[in-house]
Amino acid sequence: MRDVFLHLALLVLGPLTLLGLVGRVKAVAARRVGAPLLQPWHDVWKLLRKGAVYSTTTTPLFVAGPIVALACTALAALMVPLAGVQAPLAFPGDIFVFAGLLALARFATMLSALDTGSAFEGMGASREAAFAAMAEPALFLVLMIATLPGGTPSFSTAFNELSGTGGLVRDPVLLLAALAFGAFLLTDLSRIPIDDPNTHLELTMIHEVMILDHSGPDLAFLHIGYAMRLFVLSAIGVHLLVPVPPDAPLAALAVLLAGQAGIAGFIGGIESVTARLRLTRVAQFLIGASVVAAIGVLVLHLGGRA
Amino acid sequence: MTAVMWANLAALVLLLTAFLAPLALWRRPGAARLAGALLTLAGCAVGVAASVTALVLGQGGTITSLWRTPLGPLTLALDGLSAFFLMCVHLVGGLGALFGFGYVARLRGHLGSPAVAAWVPLLIATMAVVVLAGDVLTFLLAWELMTLASFFLVTAEGQASGRPGLVYLLASQLGVAALFVLFLILAAHGDGTGFDAIRAASAPGAATAAACFVLAVIGFGTKAGFWPLHVWLPEAHPAAPSHVSAIMSGVMIKMGIYGLLRVLTFLGTPPAWWGLFLLGIGAVSGVGGVLHALAQHDLKRLLAYHSVENLGIIALGLGLGLLGMSQGNGPVAALGFAGALLHVLNHGLFKGLLFQGAGAVFAATGTRDFDELGGLARRMPVTGTSFLAGSAAITGLPPFNGFVSEFLIFLGAFAGATTLPPSLRLWALAVLPILALIGGLAAACFVKAFGITFLGEPRSTRAAQARESGRAMPVAMAVGALACLGIGLWPLPIVHLATRATDVLGVSGTLPPQALAALALVPWIAAALIGSILALALIRRALLAGRDVRRTATWGCGYEAPTPRMQYTAPSFADPVLTPAHFLLDAHHDDVAAQGPFPVRAVHRHHLGDRAADRFWRPLVRATIRLFERIARLERGDVPSYLVYVLLTLVALLLWQGGIP
Repeated sequence: MRDVFLHLALLVLGPLTLLGLVGRVKAVAARRVGAPLLQPWHDVWKLLRKGAVYSTTTTPLFVAGPIVALACTALAALMVPLAGVQAPLAFPGDIFVFAGLLALARFATMLSALDTGSAFEGMGASREAAFAAMAEPALFLVLMIATLPGGTPSFSTAFNELSGTGGLVRDPVLLLAALAFGAFLLTDLSRIPIDDPNTHLELTMIHEVMILDHSGPDLAFLHIGYAMRLFVLSAIGVHLLVPVPPDAPLAALAVLLAGQAGIAGFIGGIESVTARLRLTRVAQFLIGASVVAAIGVLVLHLGGRA
Repeated sequence: MTAVMWANLAALVLLLTAFLAPLALWRRPGAARLAGALLTLAGCAVGVAASVTALVLGQGGTITSLWRTPLGPLTLALDGLSAFFLMCVHLVGGLGALFGFGYVARLRGHLGSPAVAAWVPLLIATMAVVVLAGDVLTFLLAWELMTLASFFLVTAEGQASGRPGLVYLLASQLGVAALFVLFLILAAHGDGTGFDAIRAASAPGAATAAACFVLAVIGFGTKAGFWPLHVWLPEAHPAAPSHVSAIMSGVMIKMGIYGLLRVLTFLGTPPAWWGLFLLGIGAVSGVGGVLHALAQHDLKRLLAYHSVENLGIIALGLGLGLLGMSQGNGPVAALGFAGALLHVLNHGLFKGLLFQGAGAVFAATGTRDFDELGGLARRMPVTGTSFLAGSAAITGLPPFNGFVSEFLIFLGAFAGATTLPPSLRLWALAVLPILALIGGLAAACFVKAFGITFLGEPRSTRAAQARESGRAMPVAMAVGALACLGIGLWPLPIVHLATRATDVLGVSGTLPPQALAALALVPWIAAALIGSILALALIRRALLAGRDVRRTATWGCGYEAPTPRMQYTAPSFADPVLTPAHFLLDAHHDDVAAQGPFPVRAVHRHHLGDRAADRFWRPLVRATIRLFERIARLERGDVPSYLVYVLLTLVALLLWQGGIP
């Protein structure tokens, strides 16, 4: 019971703070003063207190998009172990339900973008759909690397298994998994090199342009959903890379938070030193990620572990 | 003879009456349509009740005709496998007939003829007999009648549907040719044409079984639409009236899956390569189908390619099932077959619903071209909501039924990747990323199909004036959508029905307890999802209460006079997916570039060819035609040359019989 409360508390407090940390990393790297760590909290709080503007073209689907996306992400977040290796909702097959819920969240966001009839938002939805489809095999192959040795398609079993093996240090395959997962994470969260969250030109945006017409509480829901996705995916990344001690809750919590801070540093660092890829190159990037993960699966197989 | 068999006979009699009644009422088309629809619905209702009862109670039965054909009596037999498919036939067929009643009333024209009203119940009845057939002769008779009934329905809209109808008929006859050979081999081996006799005989040797398997895949795969045998689907479905497309794509193509499964019950334990063969077909059909669907401009053609994709998913499940069977691995076999069978039902429900939605759009606007649609969700709310539910279901998203069947196949693939012999593990494992890719591409395709058709602003006046019409069409679609949602919310009862069918296949053991536990959790997860969506909606409403909520134009960088033509189009939407896959596809562009400082006109046309049709079937058909033209030259039309042929034949015969000294 205590673990469930800890999980929920992390899920409430963590996401927006982590998003603020990415912003801090970028500010420090660029030697700017930058926004404070808790800026996303301020933004969301401001949006929740505002009214809203809707396009005359939209249907109720436009309002449903942010709500469904947030609900799906929150539910999916219950299946990923945060502190420790046991999630509140763990069953054989939870990785597939997790992927299904994330896909539903994306589906709802894309439809609510098309609902405005805007060419910009149509373009964003089209790119989101294409890149998400190309990233999907990479995600599944990474999940296979994580779960096959444990023999059960569940995050909790897999991470319990991984914590016993000693993680990356004793198992280099996890490095391949982490590489591919990093590519997936950057794509799914619409970060550089796939998409630039700071761009000011509608034509070059992907995630930002899809939420162009959302305002007030709807936009706040989208921001919270996005931050939660960042939090959950980075937690999976931590579990892939670092063995989390299963029996010491405090140590596990420390490992998780330190690891997520590291991933925030990774995202912010990449955004500080590279530009985004040309759109036609994104397919190569994502297919490359799938190939890396597939090599990982092959190594597992040839090693007799899958 | 059992009660369920009587009920099934009653359903057949009702459907046959529904076939004859419109013909009897020829001079009063309105009464003919009404009588036909009511009798069809009654027949389907009885059929659903009978098949579900048979599945729940595990009952079966046999009826044998009193009169005999030269090959023995005609037989109808019911077991778990046929009962499951029978349920799909009557359910999807009944919904299609209900929709068709409203659709035909709206469109009239050629469709208003009593002849069209008559063929629908006959198609449903022949499909029911196909799955009930207990011997080769009954099966092939019903199979051919089913093809004929659907052929007349495909060509019901007159002139324009002639060529697609011909393509369909030709493809079906090529498939049947393989089936004739297959059943001849089986009957010769099994000492009789009854399915019982064939099954009772010892399993055929490896070579015979392999030949039978390949023939079955070709013959039944043509009906099912496996790549590259799928070429008739994108021709016939857009040509047929929408309620007919719904029935054909929803259940008729599944008769191919039924036939394949039925033949597999005769062939004993399969070798592993059968499973790998079907996995390959499934992967190619799935990815190929969805990629081609993305490029379509016609809503019904898009849906037709999605049938190829979904039959590919079913083939992936069957392939896993066969792999499991070949290794005596009960859990993998049970998960694969159960997933495939459940997807048969699920695809019937959501594809029937989607074709009906396309029909409702066509009835309201007179077009199926994405470039002329848009903004229909506000004008046709029931169609829009149902189509959305169908889109989410076909994409495999929770909490709809498509997710449940794909979930079972995922679990089967995972179980295969961990418990099959090491040499086969990678094949099972490959199913996971492939199915994930298909899911992602299907999401892109249905965001396009639904978004461009139903969201945004109407792209033509016809779309702007669209209205929901009648009661029968919306009711049929709403029922279909609720069924998709219902199975997604509470899947266990239907999964248990599907396992009744897998029992017939001789799969040892039922679903593994872990899978059943996960499925038992699905209602709770779905409830949590719906509950949190409702809670968030209430929070949003409370937050916005009393605040300034305005409506204004969509943001266009401050541009104040947007037109519907400025919206994103269907080809543009699909482009980022199709461009990286260009080496797999035959895309054709037809451009007229803008010229001069004040260009008046520029044209860009995009068309995606079908490699299987253009590079394989068309050259093959051309070569065949050339061959026959050459043979036809022998027919000169004058008596002297025929006399010479007779003489030459006689000489040849004499030489052959007498021997050359």
